[in-house]
Amino acid sequence: MSSASNVTSESPGTPTAVGQAVEPAAGASGSGPKPGRGSSDAGLRAQGVAPKRRVEVRGKVLTGACVAVVAALVVALIVMICGQGVQTFTKDGVPFSKFLFGTAWNPTRTDADGVPYVGALPMIAGSFSVTLLSCLFALPFALGSSIFVVEVAPRFGTRIFRPVTEVLVGIPSVVFGMIGLYVIVPLIRSIVGGTGYGIMSASIVLAVMILPTVTSLSIDAIASVPESYREGSLGLGCTRWQTIVHVVLPSALPGILTAIVLGMTRAFGEALAVQMVIGSGGASVMPTSLFKAATTLTSVITMNIGNQAQGTLYYDALWSLAMVLLVMSLLFILIVRLIGRKGSVKND
Amino acid sequence: MTTIEPETSGASATAAAAPGAAPADAPRTTPAERPSDGEHLLSTRDVSVLYGDNRALKPTTLDFDAGTVTALIGPSGCGKSTFLRCINMMNREIPHCRVEGHIWYGGVDVNAPDTDLYEVRRRIGMVFQQPNPFNKSIYDNIAFAPRRHGVKGRKQLDQLVEESLRGAALWDEVKDDLHKSGRALSGGQQQRLCIARTLALHPDVILMDEPCSALDPIATLAIEQTVRDIVATGICVIIVTHNMEQAARVSDRTAFFYLGEMVETGPTAHLMKMPKDQRLSDYLTGRFS
Ligand SMILES: Nc1ncnc2c1ncn2[C@@H]1O[C@H](COP(=O)(O)OP(=O)(O)O)[C@@H](O)[C@H]1O
Ligand SMILES: [Mg+2]
Repeated sequence: MSSASNVTSESPGTPTAVGQAVEPAAGASGSGPKPGRGSSDAGLRAQGVAPKRRVEVRGKVLTGACVAVVAALVVALIVMICGQGVQTFTKDGVPFSKFLFGTAWNPTRTDADGVPYVGALPMIAGSFSVTLLSCLFALPFALGSSIFVVEVAPRFGTRIFRPVTEVLVGIPSVVFGMIGLYVIVPLIRSIVGGTGYGIMSASIVLAVMILPTVTSLSIDAIASVPESYREGSLGLGCTRWQTIVHVVLPSALPGILTAIVLGMTRAFGEALAVQMVIGSGGASVMPTSLFKAATTLTSVITMNIGNQAQGTLYYDALWSLAMVLLVMSLLFILIVRLIGRKGSVKND
Repeated sequence: MTTIEPETSGASATAAAAPGAAPADAPRTTPAERPSDGEHLLSTRDVSVLYGDNRALKPTTLDFDAGTVTALIGPSGCGKSTFLRCINMMNREIPHCRVEGHIWYGGVDVNAPDTDLYEVRRRIGMVFQQPNPFNKSIYDNIAFAPRRHGVKGRKQLDQLVEESLRGAALWDEVKDDLHKSGRALSGGQQQRLCIARTLALHPDVILMDEPCSALDPIATLAIEQTVRDIVATGICVIIVTHNMEQAARVSDRTAFFYLGEMVETGPTAHLMKMPKDQRLSDYLTGRFS
């Protein structure tokens, strides 16, 4: 402290001393303090700056290493899943179109042309049905409640509703599956008859499961609409409702779409809860009714992956299903990104 | 009450109601409630505002006439915006805000609980400090409110859009890209778009809360010219400004606010030359801002 103030007070008179003081500090760090005021300042710098620089470097290396690990993991995952997934088409010689559009799933058998039955269309259709339906069910409630808590009762929103939805986000899917199994399935059974298992039950369970996520993100989207938009509309004599419908929601649309797509991603990838309530429909039955047992990509994988020996066609085909799941979720994320970019351009 | 009204103090809120004295340009009214001072388009009587328990505005009595500009001046935080937001009841949107007193407009008390808030705001437009056009095209920014109020025909809307943009001196600049986003305009153009947006509702009064504070000097002059043009059509403009020169350039009358109190009012030139109140003369000489 005192040496620093000495230097500053002296520096106008002795510019060379300061110049010398700086140079050794940069070159010979750690050479120890030298006698004299200027050089004692150099020692101070040498001890003060160099360790800091070392910490800087260490920090960069550490965080950089973390990035490398994460990036390597992502790449490895994608490479592995795709590498395994394409084996069905390369090693086993199944035409891609037969996989994507075929409706018969029985990889241990082959058809008249000698091509194994690996048609994944029923599962793909099942996955998309439950995903779209669950979003359709969840969306009105998510939108309605987020409008309510942002526009009508903000205090209730921040104090009670937000925390509650955040708790719900963390509930494990098996819990939703159990509720579905013991509440939704019997309910559907008593209303429409049949077993109660099926796409409808799965969609309802998924809708409940993704509801907190979609709601929470929709609240963010609506709350981020600038207050000045609302004021502008109210100041023109529009009602609160008109303001919400014609100003707030259109401005929040990119965020709301993002919420929906993220909800879809979660619904699409969910295995456990779906499997508990969708029933055990044959994997080669195209879903024709919302109330009949069906299958999804995830449920076929989870049910069969443990029973197949590595390297068999069946094993490869399951990896191909996983690849479809991966590609779809990448696609969903891409959509979210695109919406986000468009939205940010529009809101400026 | 410290209100000083050298010119317009003739009318008093306590005087007996004189029904039928509505001026020709006043909108359709319920004449029975009309107070005595029918010669003013808009009158506030002892309007005061509380935010929770904090009285941000002491009882304020002012009159505003058609075809004039009134400037509200004073240091920041002295209640100018608060007062302005009473007139179209924007303060009702703030949950903990309470407005007391009477705001006589078109024969009704705007501050009465049963007043049609939306009709009041349609006729008393507002332009905000930050230009806030909607995230829509220029056309839709203007057609937005008329559509909400039931104007449907495409032709009618086209005409309204052109007329409003002309009114705000923006037509020539944007007539070729009406479908460009309103937010893609420059700040001054955005503010004039916001003025045009209120003009589309054919208001009697336009409230402007420091409309130029976010603009450069050239855009500011353009807005001031627009204000004079609007007023020439018979609209009453009430403009908040902390810029004395602006008040001098644009306004006919001025009211000076200080610490939540309307201290002095009068014709602008008169007020600036011969301030009566010490606080106003201090303010004019720049002893505090
Ligand atoms: N929404 C609000 N809630 C509580 N107090 C407010 C609010 N808006 C303004 N105030 C208070 O009212 C006083 C006057 O503010 P304002 O009318 O904005 O002043 P001006 O427009 O003259 O700068 C200030 O002290 C401010 O803190
Ligand atoms: Mg203000």
